[in-house]
Amino acid sequence: MSVSESLSPITPEDHGNAGPTRPPASARRTFRRIVLHPTGGPAILWLLLVTIACACASLIAPYTPNGEDFTAILSGPTHAHLLGTDELGRDILSRLLYGGRVSLEGVVEALVVAGVLGLCFGVIAGYRGKLFDTISSRIVEIAMSIPAIVVLLMVFALFNNSETWAMVTLGILTSPVIFRVTRAATLAVREDAYLASARITGVSELQIMRRHVAPRIVGPFVVNLSVLAGVVLGIQAGLNYIGLGVTPPAPSWGGMVADAQGYLQEQPWLIVPSGVVIALTILAFVLLGDDIRDVLSLRTSDRSGRGFTSVDQPPIPTSTEIRSASSTPLLSVRGLSVAFGPKRGSATRVVQDVAFDIAPGEIVGIVGESGCGKTVTALALLGLLGRGGRVVEGSCLFEGRELFGTSEKVWHSVRGREIAFVSQEPMTSLDPCFSVHSQIGETVHRHEPTLSRSEVGERVDELLVQVGLSDTRDVGRRYPHQISGGMAQRICIAVALAGRPKLLVADEPTTALDVTVQAEILNLLRRISEETGMAVLIITHDLGVVADLCRRAIVMYAGEVAEIGSVNEIMTTPAHPYTQALLAANPIFATDGEALPSIPGTVTPPAEWPVGCHFADRCAFQIEACLTAPIPLLEVDTNHYCRCPYGPRISIEIGRR
Amino acid sequence: MLKVMARRVAISIVLIVVIPAITFFMEGLIPGNAATAILPLNATALVRHNLIKQLGLNRPVWVQYFRWFGHFLHGDLGTSFYTGQSVVQDLDARLGVSLSLIIGATLLLSIVGILLGVLSARSEGRLGRIVDVISVSGLAIPNFWLAVILIEVFAVQLHWFPAIGYSQPSSPVSWLRSLVLPVVALGFSGITVVAKQTRDQMKDVLQKNYIRSMRANGLSNRSIVYRHALRNAAIPVVTVIGLVFVAALSGSVIVENIFALPGLGSAAILATTGHDIPVLQGVSVYFTLIVVAVNFVVDLTYVWLNPRTRKS
Repeated sequence: MSVSESLSPITPEDHGNAGPTRPPASARRTFRRIVLHPTGGPAILWLLLVTIACACASLIAPYTPNGEDFTAILSGPTHAHLLGTDELGRDILSRLLYGGRVSLEGVVEALVVAGVLGLCFGVIAGYRGKLFDTISSRIVEIAMSIPAIVVLLMVFALFNNSETWAMVTLGILTSPVIFRVTRAATLAVREDAYLASARITGVSELQIMRRHVAPRIVGPFVVNLSVLAGVVLGIQAGLNYIGLGVTPPAPSWGGMVADAQGYLQEQPWLIVPSGVVIALTILAFVLLGDDIRDVLSLRTSDRSGRGFTSVDQPPIPTSTEIRSASSTPLLSVRGLSVAFGPKRGSATRVVQDVAFDIAPGEIVGIVGESGCGKTVTALALLGLLGRGGRVVEGSCLFEGRELFGTSEKVWHSVRGREIAFVSQEPMTSLDPCFSVHSQIGETVHRHEPTLSRSEVGERVDELLVQVGLSDTRDVGRRYPHQISGGMAQRICIAVALAGRPKLLVADEPTTALDVTVQAEILNLLRRISEETGMAVLIITHDLGVVADLCRRAIVMYAGEVAEIGSVNEIMTTPAHPYTQALLAANPIFATDGEALPSIPGTVTPPAEWPVGCHFADRCAFQIEACLTAPIPLLEVDTNHYCRCPYGPRISIEIGRR
Repeated sequence: MLKVMARRVAISIVLIVVIPAITFFMEGLIPGNAATAILPLNATALVRHNLIKQLGLNRPVWVQYFRWFGHFLHGDLGTSFYTGQSVVQDLDARLGVSLSLIIGATLLLSIVGILLGVLSARSEGRLGRIVDVISVSGLAIPNFWLAVILIEVFAVQLHWFPAIGYSQPSSPVSWLRSLVLPVVALGFSGITVVAKQTRDQMKDVLQKNYIRSMRANGLSNRSIVYRHALRNAAIPVVTVIGLVFVAALSGSVIVENIFALPGLGSAAILATTGHDIPVLQGVSVYFTLIVVAVNFVVDLTYVWLNPRTRKS
């Protein structure tokens, strides 16, 4: 008796958030999709077949359900008895057909009760809210911990083994499942802003129900009802099996399993037909429910676009060899290209031909608009591109050691110990289930396994002090939900410092923080870099951060390096038109009383990158040569590189104006 | 923590008060029905009248209920219509059997379910699909049918386990052997529910930002998956296990009947066919108390797993 499945209702969230209303015309299309679904079609077919056959049992059954044929007792499938006979020579097929009526009627009775109760109370609770919602939700919560069987047995005992009353009771007991989904779906509609405006503009409640609420409920309601049907059938057959609800010799599916059990030695086949019919019918209900859900969520996801569809880009010309800024760079990236998507076919490059160096102890910034490949570049340096992402070209030398293409084992020895990481969102970067002390401690232990317990504790305190949290006892005891964003970021930095890394990759470490806290975190990073000689690669969209913190900057645009240079050069003599536009658009460098210029247009998505300059369509100085061929990275000055052959001249022109 | 517990205590009290009341309410729907059910068809009106009086069925339902509840608070659930034996005594003797079965099944479905879920969350593709298939079959195959097959294969054919019956725990080996098949039959469908839930939760958690940060800062894969991801994924899974347990309680009635285990479920079926209302009421009280106890365990586990519920 597997009620449990029904108890984890499929909530409307599973369907994604469909738009406010669904066009009614698509109902037919939805139905067609369900029928054409690889499992939905057969499921519907089987359910129809069983229902019709059982309903017409008296017409199509070859024998009466209790007609005994003593010449063919316990026979296997034969011509006269397609599915064999039982111990009294009764035809199995006929008994299945007649017995199915009991089961299917029971399912319908229970579903009607559960559906009507659940729907009515669910809609009212979700729509009216307040006291009614509170009370009915409490009742439902209690109802869900009542073991259904004790109530059912009581019904059988008091109502003279009545199948109907038992099924009605089962309907009441399972209605909470339907209640929960309809309530959740209604609640979701109610909280939509457009409903409020509909009400203000005088649309009647009934119309709101019909036009807005009903279409949203139908999906989850039908899905859960279908799954519930399977569950109810299982329970119903189980009760029949132990002789409740249907009194032998009247046929029932569950009862037939019980009959078969007694003669398993003589005729093992007997257990097959009834068992298979029950299993297949339950399966059909459950699969149908799953498929309706699939189809509904498919329909909503259709609208959200298909992601990457691009073909492979043409080969990129080799850029000018970037000479190392320092004689022995800590990290040296050359020709890095990253692609997402399937291995063969339509993979899309999201980063291409990225090259830069980081000297030991140096603070370098990667700056650019969102969606230009900054974070992907950073994650590539940690071998953490995740599913579907991979480095397709390029090299990454860390202290002269190639990292790209190495084993996961090598990466494990690099992460945290050589290169560490601080992410954009401190509040979600700590495991909510573990205390601050234990999270830092675990990282410490991982990197220095020989330390004793108390030595690990001392190191944790040391790290907390290092990131400016001197009340180590109090902070260490706290859990992530008990700390502020700024404190969380300090703790994330402490975790990153645990392995005494030589390079810290900080992905927009201040974006999610208050302005006052931002400066503190930047100062902290600077101080730690000075104290420990750790290099920092900071990723940001804020030129102010770069100006404040970094010695050198890498400007990225649409997956490419647009310009590399010292912060001084970038700020005063920007070579690339994009850098120039970015500077002009930054409020820090704006002139009082003048409108802030902005860069028209948006960053071209990877799938639509042009052959030529990625910035061309937004560039005020675009000429035809920009569009025809890929642009290589060129040296403008010593250690100053730019991906625009005309940039320096334009820069001078602007300077003259 | 206190809030969670207070809420749970309130719900428990309501459950203990309401579930027995349901049975009195149903009796009240058709007054005297219990007597009719007990007596043979040819019983005279006088016999019937006397029985109704003897059982107190002529009083208003709520009086019957309060009397019953008063006795219940003193640990008395009346006597069986048939055997005349004390219900409490009878059911106490059966409680151990049912608990061994249900706890065994819950352990099985939790451990195997979580294990399968974690494995399939980690290995994309084939294993995930196998778990899908198992979970669909777990939903589809009714436990009584599975029980019949298990008995046929593992008891009748292979002689690995006894077909039916229960051995006392005083001889641990045969006790365990007598429980294996019933536990599997009862736990099977739950395994699939837990596995599916665990997999979905694990997949969800493994996408989280803190998992990436841990990887980036060098924590081992084993610690990330089994210490951090599993801990976070387990929080909703525990709730599901609680619900599956309630379902298993219902299932145990049928499974006990199939395997002839002398537990609460067998008593309930006997009482149903014999219209032995006091015993049925007794079973419903025992089941309710078990549910209440399990809900407390689930809540405590939840609080233990989830620091956010500890301090508010």
